[in-house]
Amino acid sequence: MSSSTATPAYEPKTRVGKVTNYVDSRVGGSGIVKEFGRKIFPDHWTFMFGEVALYTFVILLISGTFLTFFYDPSMAETHYEGSYLPLRGVEMSVAYASSLDISFDIRGGLFMRQVHHWSALLFVAAVAVHMLRVFFTGAFRKPREFNWVVGSVLLIMSLAAGFTGYSLPDDLLSGNGLRIIDGVMKAIPVVGTYLSFFLFGGEFPGTAVIGRLYVLHILLIPALILLLIGIHLFMVVLHKHTQFPGPGRTNTNVVGYPVGPVYAAKAGGFFFIVFGIVAAISAAFTINPIWNYGPYDPSPVSAGTQPDWYIGWVDGALRLMPGTIGNWDFEYNIPFPWGVNTLSLNVLIPALVPAAIVFTLMFAWPWIEAWVTKDKREHHLLDRPRNAPTRTGIGVAGIVFYCILWAAASSDLIATHFLVSLNDVTYWLRFLAIFGPIMGFMVARRIALALQRKDREIALHGRETGRIVRLPHGEFIEVHEPVDQYKRYTLVSFNSPEAALPQAGANGKVSATEKLRSRASRFFFEDRVAPVTPSELNASHSGHHGEIAEAQDRESIASR
Amino acid sequence: MKALSQSRRHPLAALALLLLALLVTGGVYAFASTANEAKAQTTFSADDVEEGNKLFVANCASCHGLGASGSDAAPSLIGVGAASVDFQVGTGRMPMQMDGPQAPVKPVQFTDEQIQQMAAYVASLGAGPAIPGEEILDTSDADTSNGGELFRVNCAMCHNAAAAGGALTRGKYAPSIDGTSGKHIYEAMVTGPQNMPVFSDANITPEDKQDIIAFLDTINEQGSPGGAELGALGPVSEGLFIWVAGLGVVIAFTVWLTSRSS
Repeated sequence: MSSSTATPAYEPKTRVGKVTNYVDSRVGGSGIVKEFGRKIFPDHWTFMFGEVALYTFVILLISGTFLTFFYDPSMAETHYEGSYLPLRGVEMSVAYASSLDISFDIRGGLFMRQVHHWSALLFVAAVAVHMLRVFFTGAFRKPREFNWVVGSVLLIMSLAAGFTGYSLPDDLLSGNGLRIIDGVMKAIPVVGTYLSFFLFGGEFPGTAVIGRLYVLHILLIPALILLLIGIHLFMVVLHKHTQFPGPGRTNTNVVGYPVGPVYAAKAGGFFFIVFGIVAAISAAFTINPIWNYGPYDPSPVSAGTQPDWYIGWVDGALRLMPGTIGNWDFEYNIPFPWGVNTLSLNVLIPALVPAAIVFTLMFAWPWIEAWVTKDKREHHLLDRPRNAPTRTGIGVAGIVFYCILWAAASSDLIATHFLVSLNDVTYWLRFLAIFGPIMGFMVARRIALALQRKDREIALHGRETGRIVRLPHGEFIEVHEPVDQYKRYTLVSFNSPEAALPQAGANGKVSATEKLRSRASRFFFEDRVAPVTPSELNASHSGHHGEIAEAQDRESIASR
Repeated sequence: MKALSQSRRHPLAALALLLLALLVTGGVYAFASTANEAKAQTTFSADDVEEGNKLFVANCASCHGLGASGSDAAPSLIGVGAASVDFQVGTGRMPMQMDGPQAPVKPVQFTDEQIQQMAAYVASLGAGPAIPGEEILDTSDADTSNGGELFRVNCAMCHNAAAAGGALTRGKYAPSIDGTSGKHIYEAMVTGPQNMPVFSDANITPEDKQDIIAFLDTINEQGSPGGAELGALGPVSEGLFIWVAGLGVVIAFTVWLTSRSS
């Protein structure tokens, strides 16, 4: 990159060298390669879900571009004249007819539709798993809080991309999904009706919404996602990648492979692996068979109508919400000076409350945890999930909550496939939606603590070999094999905060927030398995080495 | 005429008018409903009825009562027609395998001849829908897309848009219609078995019923154009598939890529 006068200018000898140098002296590629090619990335399989998300997004862009060539986002009425016989002559929108044409009359169209839809499902799944990895390992801590927020916005953007895309074919299923969104919007007090009319350009379904969703789906949302991905990756480069603790891995270094050449080849090859997996799935398994559902018509709703998995939990919450409790039907008429507005809580609560809780906690989590721990240090070393039992428990509670609501979105399938009553499924899932996360929290935290105890045991007393030795005086002992120091390092070196007592402020008084913080700290860290201290380790070693040596002596005597 | 107009203020005039109205509507209804059911009545011989009665007493009467007049356990079968017997016994639903919200399909327990005989016996108890004949089930000139529209509007809310079946309340369900014969579909529509409503000829004409059967035959025969359909159960099975199979394979590759040769 530098063109300093001290060194003589590089004179390429070969033709290729001349062309390369011509380009490089104008673009500065070698400087970029020098800088980024030496960037170190730690290797761990859980670090690759962000890549999966990125790659599926690229697949979405490629397959989506193909689809835009043939898709027509018009709600004008037409009669289908394509080659799918069971829909010939049926009145439908141009959008649906063009989606059917993509499926049946355009070479490779159905495959590309399925690639687009399957990679969309995989995209959101990869984003979710990536976020869970970041959450459970504590990678959101200082200095990465803002990148966690960017990632959270990316998650919401990918949900928006998914939902707007789900609605585009204008089949019965997508129309039913839009109808639910319309209902949720109309349930918002006072402004709901206006919002709905604003989106649909009049009363649902109108003739405008598909075109509008199309613009959002192919223009605004992908542009925002691209922008956010840029910021996200820029911050990753800036902060450097986190790593799991291990011998030689500290808070101030990054141990791993440089990008060039092996890591780049692996990552680049991984794109084709992901594309291959998506293509194989798309070739063999159908997704969203729009020809089954028929054109949208506001009157029918067919059995088995559900949204895609990432919106499914909201649908599940709507299904679980009771219509009435006793005589109360969750409806209020709010008297306003200009008249009466309806407050329809049995739509508003399930549609907005679970999402509000989950997303608020998600966005605020880095600051919640920093507030509880009073930890202002930078963290570049990850936690093993077991070493942060309460955080792990809360994450598991979130997963359980999501899974139960998603199960509720398929309550009818559970009922038919396990031959149980739909009503009983609903009652159980109502119970589990509230108590399931609590049970999940308790169980996961207990498991994490138990694993910590096991780690401690292994660090102090070694691995159980299963070899039983009888000593001359008749005693049986099991030979424990000490773990090597590399393994022991990961078992003993982790942060383990203790519950903090409330501390007096500058004025000598303990404030109410300080008391609250202390309570939260007790909740987080009261149950704790302390890491092995060096003195404990030394004590155990002197004792055990002797024992094992003795046992081995006996053995050698016995085998003689 | 004058006498009639003079007596219109007679105290009993309103009553007479009401009676007249009831007579007319009742008469029209009776005519219409017999017109509905009267055709395609296969004739059964007295022997069939006789044999059917024996089979009925031996296999059905414990629940449906002697003379098919019903009991606490099962409804009366008087007037349900031969189509009902042919559907319920012909699909194995009857005799019911156990008491429950709904009789599931199971292997057929009787021969075709025996089913005909029982149908003859039940048909002899009172007029009801008959077993549809060849010409009614002939779908050669049926309109598949009309059938599809009728199916989506009338049937898909319980049976699923791809006829894969769906749940009803308290353990009841609409079964999958994948592979059900045209005759049984027709009989189900005219008799309304289990929890299904009756779709009479006034509601869906025989021609429209043929269209529906033709549509179902078409989607059953053509298979799934896009590959394995994962039960045709909608986005939940698709989501489950991508989480388990899709992400599972991806994870296997990530583990492979980050493993070190040691």
